[in-house]
Amino acid sequence: MAGENVKHLTDAEFEEYVLKADLPSLVDFWAPWCGPCKAIGPVIEELAGEYAGKVQITKMNVDDNPTTPGKYSIRAIPTLILFKGGEIVDQVTGAVGKTQLAAMLKKVT
Amino acid sequence: MAKTDYQLIILGGGPAGLTAGLYAARDQLEVLLVEKGVVGGQVLVTDWIDNYPGFPEGLTGSDLVEKMAAQVARFGLKTYNGNVVKVELSAATKKLTLESGEELRSRALIICTGARPNKLGIPGEEKLTGKGVSYCATCDGPFFRGQEILVVGGGDTAVQEADFLTKFASKVTIIHRRDTLRATKVLQEKAFANERIEFIWNSNVVAIEGEKEIERVRIRNIENEEKEIAASGIFILIGTIPNSEILPLEQLGADEHGFIKTDEEMRTRVPGVMAAGDIRSKTVRQIINGAGEGAVAAITAQHYLSELD
Repeated sequence: MAGENVKHLTDAEFEEYVLKADLPSLVDFWAPWCGPCKAIGPVIEELAGEYAGKVQITKMNVDDNPTTPGKYSIRAIPTLILFKGGEIVDQVTGAVGKTQLAAMLKKVT
Repeated sequence: MAKTDYQLIILGGGPAGLTAGLYAARDQLEVLLVEKGVVGGQVLVTDWIDNYPGFPEGLTGSDLVEKMAAQVARFGLKTYNGNVVKVELSAATKKLTLESGEELRSRALIICTGARPNKLGIPGEEKLTGKGVSYCATCDGPFFRGQEILVVGGGDTAVQEADFLTKFASKVTIIHRRDTLRATKVLQEKAFANERIEFIWNSNVVAIEGEKEIERVRIRNIENEEKEIAASGIFILIGTIPNSEILPLEQLGADEHGFIKTDEEMRTRVPGVMAAGDIRSKTVRQIINGAGEGAVAAITAQHYLSELD
């Protein structure tokens, strides 16, 4: 399964793993209580398999890690932010489909 | 995408579309369900469902979607994830153009594009969406733990979600433009009994203000008096509008709000085109009748296709 390609990030890892990374990263801000987050879970896993080595596909649980979502003023989830070179390239909120996310990832691949 | 021609295409994967897909797949029609996001529609953002039969303990919206999706998958329903930008309808062929430029064609079409939350259309609303302005209590409620927040609306959704939001917020104030609620009695009673819920009657929200996130809203009552209320969140739950932008509404026949008119068999004015679920012109918008209409539409489609042969 592609599930093992999704890195689960913590606040402590965020700067090193995302902002300072050579590869671009997609961060899926989610929580276990969020229905739409659950619904896009399989899409995130598929993307992680397909973009392995090109884009780091990651998830951050906003309940366990409040600092990073606070920094980016996230008050709605799922919010997916695409980072490259420490900067935000694009971001989207809601239960978006695979086609739309793939189009977003095209901007950095 | 390999195959582009189908007997039946279902546009939209909420409860109506999934049920239509279930019936069509079991009927072994060549059918494709096209969904722009992920399947489930507005059910995905419903916290808890107690009025869909067969689940005596109730269940979450996302669990119900998961079960519906698993059921259609069991019968091999094909789904395609893509955004349709144009719908062209003739008696012979129904043609959908996708954002990618690809085209899909079918002989019959079931439109289940559903509806989405209505907006207030006031200053600050757009700018602060996701920064305290929300249309989905289930998605965003837990961000407001211990805070004082507002709910706008007086229908089932507003009242039910206000009650749900008191799990997190220290106080929820419902702002309603009338002096009585439209919500079902049982929901009203629960809200009135909830000491964390307060009401402001006969008032409209006229502006939402704040720099990086919401700081306050301005409301105006029917006596035309304005006042400011401090709040870190506002949930706007004032009904829905149809997802009909891509549809040729004049050809299909729609009511004054843009919902599609059908007969009891879910037929629109265009031969071979059915509509089901929240996109239909009707008064009751529940999961159960959306699903029921999906079933009827699929059976109607099957009859239509068999008469063509």
